Amino acid sequence: MASSTITQMAPAAAERAARTRPRGSGGQLIGAGAAIAALAIVSMFVGVSDVSLPALLAGDQTAWDIFWISRVPRTISVVLAGMALSVAGLIMQLMARNKFVEPSTVGTVESASLGILVVTIAVPGAALLTKMSVAAVFAALGTGLFLLVLRRIPLRNTLLVPLVGIMLGGVIASVTTFFAYRFDLLQTLNSWMIGDFSGVLRGRYELLWIVAVLTVVGYLCADRFTMAGMGQEFSTNLGMDYNKVMMTGLVIVSLISAVVVVSIGSIPFLGLIVPNLVSLAFGDNVRRSVPWVAVFGAGFVLACDIIGRTIRFPYEIPVGVVVSAIGSVLFLCLLLRKRERRG
Amino acid sequence: MNAVASTQLPAALTQHTRRPLKSLAPKTWIILLSVLAAALVATFMLIDLRGNIGYILPRRAIKVGSMLLVAYAVGVSTVLFQTVTSNRILTPSIMGFDALYMLIQTALTFAIGGQALLSLGAPARFVIEVGLMVGFSSLLYRWLFTGGGKSLHLMLLVGIVFGVMFRGISSLLQRLIDPSEFIILQDLFFASFNNVDGLLLLVSVAAVAAVSGLAWRMRHQLDVLSLGRDMALNLGVDHKRSVTSVLVICAVLVAVSTALVGPITFFGLLVASLAYQLCSHFRHAYVLPIAVLLGVIALVGGQLVLERVFAFDTALSIVIEFVGGIVFIALLLKGSVK
Repeated sequence: MASSTITQMAPAAAERAARTRPRGSGGQLIGAGAAIAALAIVSMFVGVSDVSLPALLAGDQTAWDIFWISRVPRTISVVLAGMALSVAGLIMQLMARNKFVEPSTVGTVESASLGILVVTIAVPGAALLTKMSVAAVFAALGTGLFLLVLRRIPLRNTLLVPLVGIMLGGVIASVTTFFAYRFDLLQTLNSWMIGDFSGVLRGRYELLWIVAVLTVVGYLCADRFTMAGMGQEFSTNLGMDYNKVMMTGLVIVSLISAVVVVSIGSIPFLGLIVPNLVSLAFGDNVRRSVPWVAVFGAGFVLACDIIGRTIRFPYEIPVGVVVSAIGSVLFLCLLLRKRERRG
Repeated sequence: MNAVASTQLPAALTQHTRRPLKSLAPKTWIILLSVLAAALVATFMLIDLRGNIGYILPRRAIKVGSMLLVAYAVGVSTVLFQTVTSNRILTPSIMGFDALYMLIQTALTFAIGGQALLSLGAPARFVIEVGLMVGFSSLLYRWLFTGGGKSLHLMLLVGIVFGVMFRGISSLLQRLIDPSEFIILQDLFFASFNNVDGLLLLVSVAAVAAVSGLAWRMRHQLDVLSLGRDMALNLGVDHKRSVTSVLVICAVLVAVSTALVGPITFFGLLVASLAYQLCSHFRHAYVLPIAVLLGVIALVGGQLVLERVFAFDTALSIVIEFVGGIVFIALLLKGSVK
C-alpha cells in the first residue's frame, strides 16, 4: 500500500517534505490571488445586458444598477462558495483521514436537501434562514451517520470509505426523491441539486457571508483536524479533546454545505478535486495549503461559472452541471493515477 | 487485502454455507418461482378488468411484456457480468453501463439532431445506439477488467465515477442542444413501464433473443469462468475472448432495459444476490432462470402492490434504489469487516 502511506502522511513528514521542496511561498500566493481577482473582474463583465467599462465610466445609471444589483453579488457569491466548499472538503478529508471524501461523497449534501424538502412540505412559506437551519441540522445528522458507519470500516481501506459514502448519499437521495415525487416537488428539488448562480441578486445572497466566517474558523483549526484524523487515542495523548474537535469539524462542514445548498444548490466534487490538486502541487502541509485550497477553489468555480455563461451565450448553463462534468473527469484521473502507482 | 479476497471467492467455493433456504433443489425453486411469477402476471393482466377490454388488455400486455423483458435483461446481464468479473458486488448498472447508454443517446441527438434521429425510426435508431454502446463499452471495460489483480474497491469506485461522469457530460450536452430537441430526448429517456412503444418492444425482443442464444451456448464455459481467471485459464478457457463476448451480451441487454424503462441502478444487484442465496448449485443453467424469475416477481409484484394498494404509479424504481442501496452498503461492509 505504497500510495496510502503517501496520502496519509504524518504532519512531521509532510513538513520535512515541504522544507526540502519549498513551493507555494507567500509571494506565489499573492500572485495567484491577483489572478483570481482578474478572473473576478472578467466575471463582472460577462452577461446578457450590456455592462461595459466605458458605459460605467460614462456614468450610465442602468449599467451601474445592473453592476451593483446583479454582477457584483454574483461574483462575490461565486468566490465565497468556491472557497468555502473547497475548504469544507479539505476539513472532511482531514477528519476522515481519507483523500476521497467531501460533502457530496458522504451524504452531507443529500441530507441537506432532504432537510430543505422537509421544511418546504411542513412549513410552505418558511424564511430562508429557517430553511437553512433545518438543512444544517439534517446535514449534520447525515454526516454524523456517515462517521458512525466509518468506524466499522478498517481505516486503511481508502477506497471503501468514499464507496460507502456515495451509496449512503444515494439512499438518502432516494428517500428525498420519493417524497418530492409524492408532493409534486421534483422540479423544485432539481434547483437544490444543481448549483446555479443565475438567481443571485443583491438582497438574496447575503447568507453566504456566513460561510466566509466558517472558512476562516476552519483555517484556524486546520491543524487540530489533522490531529483528530489520527484517531481518538493518538489525539487524546497529545492533550486534545477529540470529541470536541470532531464536533467542531462536523458543524463547520454541515453549515457550509447547508448554506451553499440553500442559496446556490449543490456543486459536486469541488471539495474533492481542489484539495487533491493542491496537495499534488504543494504537499500535505495543511497550514500552508488551506489558503491555496481557498484560492484554487474560488478560481475553479469562477472559471466554470464564466464557461457556463459563455459556452451557449446568451443562454446560461448552471455551474453545477459544468463542475460536475469537469470534476468527475478529474476525479477519475486522480483514481487511475493511484492505480498506476500501485501497479 | 483479506477483505477483497473474501468477496472475490469463486462461486463454487462459497456455495457450501449452510442456509435453510438452500435445502430445496434448484429445480424445485425454478418450478415454485415460475408458478408464482405466472400467477402474478395473470393477476396483473386480469385484476379489476372492466370497461373497454379490447383497449385495456393490449395496453396491459405491452406493460407486462416490457417488465418481463427488463427482468430478463437485467437478471441475465448481472449474473453474467458478476461471473466474468469473479465477484458478487459489481453489476453493469453500478459500473455505469446505463449511464453510458444515455450519454450515447444524448451525444447522437447533439450530433445529428433530434428530428433526424426520430426520422430514422425505432429499429434503425436502436441498432445504431446499441452498436455504439457495444463498441464503447467493450473497449472501456475490457481495459478495466482484463488486467487482473486489481483492487475490487478501486474498480467499483472507478465504475461509479464513470457513471457520474457519463451523466455529467450528458446533462451538459442536454443543456447545449435546442430546447425543442431536448423535449424529444426527454421522451426517449423518461420512458417508464406506462408508456412503452410497441414497436420498440418487438425490436428489443429480437435483440435479446439473439444474445440469449450466444449466452446459452456459452453456459458451460461460464461455469468454468466463475472459478476465477487463473483457474479458467488453467482449464483452457480463452479468458480475454469470453470476457469480451460477455461484455457484448451485457451491453445489448443493458441497452434494451435502459431503452425500455430508463436506468434502475440496484435492481440487478438485488435480484442476483437473492438468486445466489436461493440456489444451492453454481451452474448457470440454474442460477440464470432463478435470477430472471425473481426479477419478474419483483417487478410485476412490486408494480401491482404499488398501483393497487398504494396508488403510486412510477415510484417502483425509487423503492428499488432505496432497498438496493442499503443492501449494497451491507454487502460492502460484510466483505470488509470479515
